[in-house]
This record gives sequence, structure tokens and C-alpha cells, in this order.
Amino acid sequence: MRAFLLRRLLHAVFVTWGVVTVVFFLVRLTGDPTFFLVDQSATQEEVAHTRAMLGLDRPVVVQYADFLAGAVRGDFGVSIREKRPAMAMVLEHFWPATVELAAAALVLSTVLAVPLGVVSATHRGRPADHLSRIASLFLQSMPSFWLGIMLILLFAVVLGGLLPAYGTGTWRHLVLPSVALAAAPLAQNVRLVRAGMLEVLGQDYVRTARAKGLGERGVIYRHALRNAALPVITVTGLSLGFMLSGALIIETVFAWPGMGRLIVQAVPGRDFPVIQAGVFVFALVFVVLNVVVDVLYTVADPRVRLT
Amino acid sequence: MRRIDALAVAGALVVVVTIVLAAAAPALSPGDPIKNALLERLTPPTWGREHPLGTDTLGRDVASRLLHGARVSLVVGFSAVLLAGVVGVGLGLVSGWYRGWLDDLLMRVGDVQLAFPLLVLAVGVLAVLGASLLNLILVLGVTGWITYARIVRGEVLTLRERDFVAAARALGATDAWIVSRHLLPNVLPPITVVATFSVARTIIAEASLSFLGLGIPAPEPSWGAMLDEGRNYITTGWWLALFPGLAILLLVLGINLVGDWLRDVLDPRLERGL
Repeated sequence: MRAFLLRRLLHAVFVTWGVVTVVFFLVRLTGDPTFFLVDQSATQEEVAHTRAMLGLDRPVVVQYADFLAGAVRGDFGVSIREKRPAMAMVLEHFWPATVELAAAALVLSTVLAVPLGVVSATHRGRPADHLSRIASLFLQSMPSFWLGIMLILLFAVVLGGLLPAYGTGTWRHLVLPSVALAAAPLAQNVRLVRAGMLEVLGQDYVRTARAKGLGERGVIYRHALRNAALPVITVTGLSLGFMLSGALIIETVFAWPGMGRLIVQAVPGRDFPVIQAGVFVFALVFVVLNVVVDVLYTVADPRVRLT
Repeated sequence: MRRIDALAVAGALVVVVTIVLAAAAPALSPGDPIKNALLERLTPPTWGREHPLGTDTLGRDVASRLLHGARVSLVVGFSAVLLAGVVGVGLGLVSGWYRGWLDDLLMRVGDVQLAFPLLVLAVGVLAVLGASLLNLILVLGVTGWITYARIVRGEVLTLRERDFVAAARALGATDAWIVSRHLLPNVLPPITVVATFSVARTIIAEASLSFLGLGIPAPEPSWGAMLDEGRNYITTGWWLALFPGLAILLLVLGINLVGDWLRDVLDPRLERGL
């Protein structure tokens, strides 16, 4: 276990390094942000001066070394636009806005998936099953941002502002964006729970549990569900990464003041430090989640040994 | 089984009809998809009239723009997956067959790429290259290779130990022969299934990028960009945001239904609900 965690940790560090390195060079290829900061009449000396202040006149290798040295200390430089530490800006948007949204969507997509998937499996071939499968197919086939727009149309426009379309503050602001974000992962989880349950319900130990007189509820939730949980854990871990990525576009649709929207806005403005810090946080969350998923495996299924 | 087949046929029908409509877009379009007609802006949809699905903020016919937009979705969806598939299968074969440092390198690159939010990567690359149809295909194609490479590599790692490979080698077959004649046919079925679902996902990804303003440049119509325009007029022109989304939903649903059927037929081992 310890050796496993150590190896995964090294791997996580490598992946994070890879991501920040790619993004470091990628943003520098998009062009020079200096011209956004000086006005059109600026002389060549003024442009050069601004560029030197940003440290962009140095060789790329020197900039990169400097960047890495800062990054390990959590220092990602100062936002070109706002003149504030980039990491602080990213964290302000990450917590609580993005975490709130992702957590709400995660809860929706997993907590609802279990009963829906179980009902679908135990009512196989009957109307409840068909309905849930058709709904899943539809939810998986629509772009989340379009679902978001349609939710806005329905709840904020047609129903006369039943739920707010934009902004943040109360739980009512959270409903529409988290539903839009949760829809596709929910559909996927329902299908996985259903498939897992169908497989498990035919097993001998389920028959044994029934034979010893255990109630149907006990059979399903104590014996069967736990064994059907593994694929859901994997996919949930992965879909959290997906949700963070999806947050990019859902936050834009709902004007949600999160990290995704911050990055989307930083790209056209070439705010290198903000992009770098934001992508770093994305990657870090992603690799940490992957390790957590591996550890959760052993909790859900003691037969899994981490070596 | 019969019910699934009926759904698959319906799905295939949707895809085929979309392809035909896209191909015949210039002939079928009731209006010009690009030319402005400011006097007719934001006409609501009326069946049987000149603008069955209404007009947008510049007076352009929504139905015509939808038909032309289908071309972008289909071309980007299929070409990007083809590109990702060819690159991914090739690298996966090499990676699984030769193993060693190249294998390590490719898989680590893949790990890094998977930890990268796809949209951020695409946004960054498109900002460098500039938005165009070709660049969209390149970005979505190149970011997709790792899925194929991983599956193919996994298959090859078990296949290479099988007797028929040893037999082929004993008969004097070269590496290239074994990989292309013996391994490739064996990995194609699961790859076909994954590729089908990828087309659906790529069409949504293209719409997302166009929605963020990184798709093919205006005024060329694409479904994602139409949704972006429609979002701002949601109170005055609901049809602008409704129809392009429905079009995406239908096409993606059709492809997913075909994919479900292919999975049942070609690769029963693949998990349902992938």
C-alpha cells in the first residue's frame, strides 16, 4: 500500500509537471500580451519597457526555469490584467464557486443514479426500465450547455423567473447550473448501476441471501449494490474530471464566477500567469482524484490489492 | 434483441438523413444562410411560410443555416475521429508490439494529456493556430488519439503472446507483416465501437468550441455558433437556441444508437453503458 501510494505520488507529480510545461509553452505560442497593455501610440521603448517588466524579454528557457522555481512554491506570478497574484485569483474562483458547482453536480449524478439504476435493473424490461433507459440516452446525447440554455429558457423565461438564470449567492442560483452539469454523468451512472446490478443479481450469493429469508431490500442494498459499485466509482472519479472541464462551459453559460470562466476569459487576454495557475489547479485536482479512486476501490472491494 | 435492432435502424436512419440533407443543403435551403436581411430579423417560425424555423438577428433563415451547419458537424466529427483513430491505432500497435522506452514515453504523454481539460487544450491550440475548419479537425483529432492507443496497446499486449503470433513468426513473418495482417484485424472490432461513440462526442466538442467562439469563423453557420447567438436572445427569439440544439441532440442520439448496436454485435465484452 505504501509503495503503491509512493509510486502514484511520483506519477502524479510527473503528470502535473507535464501539464504545466505544455501550457507554459502553449500560451507563449499564442502571442505577446505586451500589446494589450500599452496603447496604440506607444513607442518602441515603451513596448520594450513593458515587456521587460513582465519578464517576457528574457530567453524562454530562463522564463521556464523561473516559472518552475516559482511553481513549486505555489507562486505563479502576477496576473497581467489585474496585477494581483495569479494563484490567489484562481483559488478565489475555485473555492467556493467551482467546488460548490462540481460538488452539487457530483451529488446529483451519483445519489440519484443509485435508486434509478437499481429500479431499472429490478424492473428489467418493464416501463420503468424503458423510461429510464430512454431518458439516459437522451441526456447523454445533448450538449450540456444546450441543456443549460433550455433550462434557462424554461425556468427563468417561460415560468417567469421561477429560478434565477445567472449569478450566485443562494441555493436557488445553484440549481440550474448543477443540473445541467450533472445530466450526462447521471445518465452514464444510471446505465452503469443498471448493468452492474443485472450482472450481480444472477450470482449465487444473491440467491443465498434470498434463500436465507433476507428481505428484497436487504438483498439489493446490502449484498448486490456493493458489488455493483466498482464501475460507478471509476466513472465517478473520471466524471469529476469531466465536470471540472465541463464547468468551463457551464460556468460561461450561467455567468457562474468559477475557475473555468476565469480561464476562458484569460485566454483571449493572454493573461499567462492566470492560465498557467488555473490549468495547474485543474491538473492537480484530476491526479489527486485518480489516486482517491484507486484507494476507494479497496474500500468497496477488499479483494482489490494495491501493489 | 429485435427491439435494439429497431432502435439501431432508427439511429442509422437519422444519421443517413442528416448526411443527405447536409449534402443537398444548397438545393434544399429556403433562404441564403449567410446574406443579411435586416428587415426580416427575428421572424418567428411559421410552418409552410418562407422561414419555417424563423430568422436570426441578422434576418438569415434559420432552417438554411441549420442545413449548412450540419456539414460542419459531420465533416469535423468524422474527419477528426478518423485522424485520431489512424494515429491512435498506429501508435498503439507500435507501443504494444515493441514495448520498451517508446511505449513508456507514449503512455506518459497520454497520461499528461488526459489530465489536461480538453477544452483548455483546444482553446489554447486554436488561439495559436487560429480558428478554421482544418484547425478544428486537427485539434479534435490530435487530442483524441490516446483512447485508441490505450485500447489497441492493451489488446496487442495479450495478442502478442498468443500461439498464432508465434506460429506466424516461426513461418518467418516480419514484424510489419504480423502487426498489419494478424494484430490489426483483431483490434478493429473494439476500435470500431469506440470510434462510433467518439464521432458523437466529437460533434458535441465541436459545438462546444464553436459556442465559445473558437469554431469556424462567422458568418459561416455551425450549430455551436448558432447556439451562442441564440443564447443572447433567449427572451426575444427562443427558436434561435432551440433548433440547433435539437439538431445536435438528434444526430448525436442517432450515432449513439448505432454505437450501442455495434457494441452488442462486435464486442460483447465491452461494458454496456460505456
